[in-house]
Amino acid sequence: MSLLRVENVSKQFGSLVAVNEVSMIVEPGELCAVIGPNGAGKTTFFNMISGFLRPTTGRIVFDEEDVTLLVPARRVWRGIARTFQITEVFPELTVRENLRIPVEVAAGYRLSPWLSRDTDTKIRARVSELMDMGGLASKADRLVGELAHGDQRATEIMMALALKPRLLLLDEPTAGMGDQETYDITQLIRKLHREQKLTIVLIEHDMRVVFHLADRIMVLSEGAMLAEGTPQQIAANEAVQAAYLGKAAA
Amino acid sequence: MGASELNKQAPNIFVWLLLLGMPFWLPAIGGYTELGTRAVVLGLAAMSLNFLLGYTGVLSFGHAAYFGLGAYGVGMTIRYLMPSTIVGILVGTLVGTLAAAIIGPLIIRLRGVYFAMVTIAFGQVFFFIAFRWNSVTGGDDGLSGWTRLPLDFGFASIDIQHNARAFYYFVLVVFALSVGAMAWLLRSPFGRTLIAIRENEQRARFLGIPVDQHIWISWVISCCFVSVAGALYALLNNFIDPRALYWSQSGDFVIMAVLGGMRSFWGPLIGAAIFVVLQDYLSSQTENWMSFVGLFFVLVVLFFPRGVLGVIRRKVTS
Repeated sequence: MSLLRVENVSKQFGSLVAVNEVSMIVEPGELCAVIGPNGAGKTTFFNMISGFLRPTTGRIVFDEEDVTLLVPARRVWRGIARTFQITEVFPELTVRENLRIPVEVAAGYRLSPWLSRDTDTKIRARVSELMDMGGLASKADRLVGELAHGDQRATEIMMALALKPRLLLLDEPTAGMGDQETYDITQLIRKLHREQKLTIVLIEHDMRVVFHLADRIMVLSEGAMLAEGTPQQIAANEAVQAAYLGKAAA
Repeated sequence: MGASELNKQAPNIFVWLLLLGMPFWLPAIGGYTELGTRAVVLGLAAMSLNFLLGYTGVLSFGHAAYFGLGAYGVGMTIRYLMPSTIVGILVGTLVGTLAAAIIGPLIIRLRGVYFAMVTIAFGQVFFFIAFRWNSVTGGDDGLSGWTRLPLDFGFASIDIQHNARAFYYFVLVVFALSVGAMAWLLRSPFGRTLIAIRENEQRARFLGIPVDQHIWISWVISCCFVSVAGALYALLNNFIDPRALYWSQSGDFVIMAVLGGMRSFWGPLIGAAIFVVLQDYLSSQTENWMSFVGLFFVLVVLFFPRGVLGVIRRKVTS
């Protein structure tokens, strides 16, 4: 049974068709990458899955439930979490505070005016666990806005993970990073995927990252699906090479 | 309690000591008890506004409406329904809170300037009702013919009617309960979701926080405490008129919050105290006292964007 089924979604902005009849199936435990040249509609496609945008036509089914019209918060409650191309964190709060908020929301305390000592201890423990996992423990009480780009990214990914998602959407997780940072984030994503059996869909420009991580790749071009398959199949696909990879591989 | 905990609590202890001793030290430096009461009442209003402004990041320019509803609520209860100060405060608070709860869903989808404008518009509706409905509200002349009454507990009574000090301490107790509740809420998981919304609304939304719902609750809480302040304000003056609901009164609350520092819990109280003292002193010197308050406000905003308390804080930490 598939975790996510995107059925023929399209998004039109005025006369511009940003995404045109794209379908996709994600199986539980898979790591799926969406690639394509700039303006191919990747982020628009992502935004429809996470609820940032509503599709003009088509359906999005998550865990056998139609979520096409649900607002973002409700999708989060059902298990879809995301990060953004431009890191979205709480820059004026510490790493610990940044993580504490989603941990509390995920535990169902978002409206509570009070926490028992017991619950508070559990929440602190969970926050520490997440900081350890993301390699952020030594920066726990620093403001996120003062951290290096890579650490901000790691914080954002751990915030999404704090929500205990069943599907994690990463929008260009290594955008704007140096080699070392790219390597660290790639290792983090791989670890989450392997150890937590987390289902991940990511958009990525860095082909090394994509071919290193992905079980399956789909290629968007001009709003439409150009190809889909394993990394080997995609690397060998002539249409993809012509449209996109050609430049990178040459 | 460790040394660092004590350090953190030091400002709180300092503020409470000042407030508790106000009727003793204020006359010594040329003030009078009612002036202190006024600062505390308006301080509560500004701190309530700041729950929404400083901690949720939503600017309301219509808080005077709920302040005024609390004020008319207490006055009309004592005059028409039941001669009891406590019941009056409860009714005033209830009326203000209910009005905010009902208006909330109509405005919480708006942001920024649009939110501020619509809160003004709703505020003006209440102003015109108070202004026009002569037979009930006293119209432009205000609602008089009532006074606050001694607190009667059956076995004992406290004369807050004639004893200004007793009334000050009564106000301080209500103030303490109100700001205590707000401080408590801000340290709770719910309070953290508000700070999340202030810091980055989009991130908050995609962390599973239904932002509109949380802003609505924050709005209602903020308006609830501002109507408590309004009720106390009417009791302080034994009188209420439509100016308390006028939009410029909402502006005064915003000025107090920004003046004192809206990113700090006590900032708006300091702002209110400065405002009240300037008003008291300058209005006896010149009719144009507001221009001087305005000038002071502009200077603070230009040179100390974090408010008066922001400056003090920076001095202390550096």
